[in-house]
Amino acid sequence: MLLVFIETRDGKIKKSSFEALGEAARRAAELGAPVAAALVGPADAGLDAELFARGAARVFRLESPAFAAYSAQDYALALKTLADEVKPAAVFLSATAMGKDLAPRLAAKLDAAMASDCTKVAVEGGSLEFTRPIFAGKAFATLRLKSAPAIATLRPNVFAAAAPCGGTGETIVKAVAVPDGAVAGRVAEILKESGAEIDVGEAEVIISGGRGLKGPENFALLRELAALIPRAAVGASRSAVDSGWIGHSHQVGQTGKTVSPNLYVAVGISGAIQHLAGMSSSKVIVAVNKDPEAPIFKVADYGIVGDLFQVVPALKDELKKIFAE
Amino acid sequence: MEILVFVKRVPDTESKIRVNPETRSVVEDGLNFVISPFDEFAVEEALRLREAGTGKVTVLSVGPDETTVILKKCLAMGADEAVLIKDAGRETYDGLRTAKLIAAAVRKRFPQFDLLLFGKQSVGADNGQVPSMTAELLGLPQANVAVKLEIDGGRGVVRREIEGATEKVEFSLPAVVSAQKGLNEPRYETLKGIMAAKKKVIPVITPEELGLTNDDIAPRVEVVKIETPAARQAGKIIPGSPEEAAKALVGLLRNEAKVL
Repeated sequence: MLLVFIETRDGKIKKSSFEALGEAARRAAELGAPVAAALVGPADAGLDAELFARGAARVFRLESPAFAAYSAQDYALALKTLADEVKPAAVFLSATAMGKDLAPRLAAKLDAAMASDCTKVAVEGGSLEFTRPIFAGKAFATLRLKSAPAIATLRPNVFAAAAPCGGTGETIVKAVAVPDGAVAGRVAEILKESGAEIDVGEAEVIISGGRGLKGPENFALLRELAALIPRAAVGASRSAVDSGWIGHSHQVGQTGKTVSPNLYVAVGISGAIQHLAGMSSSKVIVAVNKDPEAPIFKVADYGIVGDLFQVVPALKDELKKIFAE
Repeated sequence: MEILVFVKRVPDTESKIRVNPETRSVVEDGLNFVISPFDEFAVEEALRLREAGTGKVTVLSVGPDETTVILKKCLAMGADEAVLIKDAGRETYDGLRTAKLIAAAVRKRFPQFDLLLFGKQSVGADNGQVPSMTAELLGLPQANVAVKLEIDGGRGVVRREIEGATEKVEFSLPAVVSAQKGLNEPRYETLKGIMAAKKKVIPVITPEELGLTNDDIAPRVEVVKIETPAARQAGKIIPGSPEEAAKALVGLLRNEAKVL
């Protein structure tokens, strides 16, 4: 069995969890294994049908009053309890903030080897192989995990979710005993960043700015552009972040986030090696820079050599036209 | 506060990474090694906590002999002590193996502590596994990717970065906290600190001394292949005035690349 941890936020299944489920279903078909999904804590009854429709044959609902608020240790206990019983060959989680927090805790609990932030999963000789970026994508390592189960987190936006079909399946509810006096530590509150923008790690389109923007106020130009495009986020180069122009959560690169959006637009970014590492796996790259020699043009599919303060407003006008259609 | 900080020696972020397909590893010749950038935030946070109260900051690393260079840097920044847990140099990508070495060292040599600090991930292996795994092995609460840390008596509060927001995580001490960029601004070493660090001896602990056998620390992650990605090809430069180029670009993104 391949088991997929399903993450919800505001009562909805995250897109990245559907992607992990989709990949599990494809690899499970090769292995001739079933696919199961695990929901931890309170979740709307309607979610099961969505999971059956996208590849899960079984949905395990793991329940305890302790699961109302996320805690890595309690959620890991829930998944370990299930894994001990159903003995999956692998457990997949999304490499989201929660998945990255939870998966290694689960791996240690199960004494299992783990592959982080995978961008490819394959079946070779009957076992799973995981390919993942190292050095933020300057190289890729393909790993085999010599433990049962194997634990893997899958990078959002890389794997395809299965198209919904009219599948049905079985829901199994399990009460999990969380011992009193279990390790304390849980989420008390979630504080939204003002503007509540989409995170660069999950965005399908990223409009990124660098030193060429000349100051923090000009990120407004990029925000206006991003606001016109569905699921778009604003990113930044390290120098823009280190200059204090925008928060570090927007940084793309080796000390920021490694991203793989459908479209990455680099505005006023020269393309330092540690930045290129973080965004080179984007599907389509656009560069806008006044310096025709900027390294960013060497990786860009489309480039405009020009003054970003003229090009960005023109782009905004064009986008308005097409999205008005 | 007794604080243990775990740091890792990694190639700096300006490095061009070459790989050797035969040995299935990264070519280390010519690389400049530094303390992993996220670990620097952890060291800085430990020093600030000590300065705000009392206690001791001990910095530890799992790595080869050359790791003493980054441990000396931590001493020069102001850490009280540094210890090397000696390990072969080769990267295993096996986070649980590292966590087992760390957990054994903590249990055997540093049973009294309030806080274990890490960087949120090493720059390079980019695993981000060791802090949570160590927390689990030692039965401690965890708060990862911290952009703010407050300690008050026996409790801690971390604001940790999640997608488009931060989570407030409350926990009891002792605990594991991993640092994200933004937690603080790491200090530079002072000349006085560098001179003092030179005189300090860095004790070395071996896995055997921790009671770990070769079987205990045999990597369970097998590296099948390491490769560099195919270089992207430079694409089209779109000519014309800003308005003409913008129009052409949006057309290409929509009709040729089909991403809009």
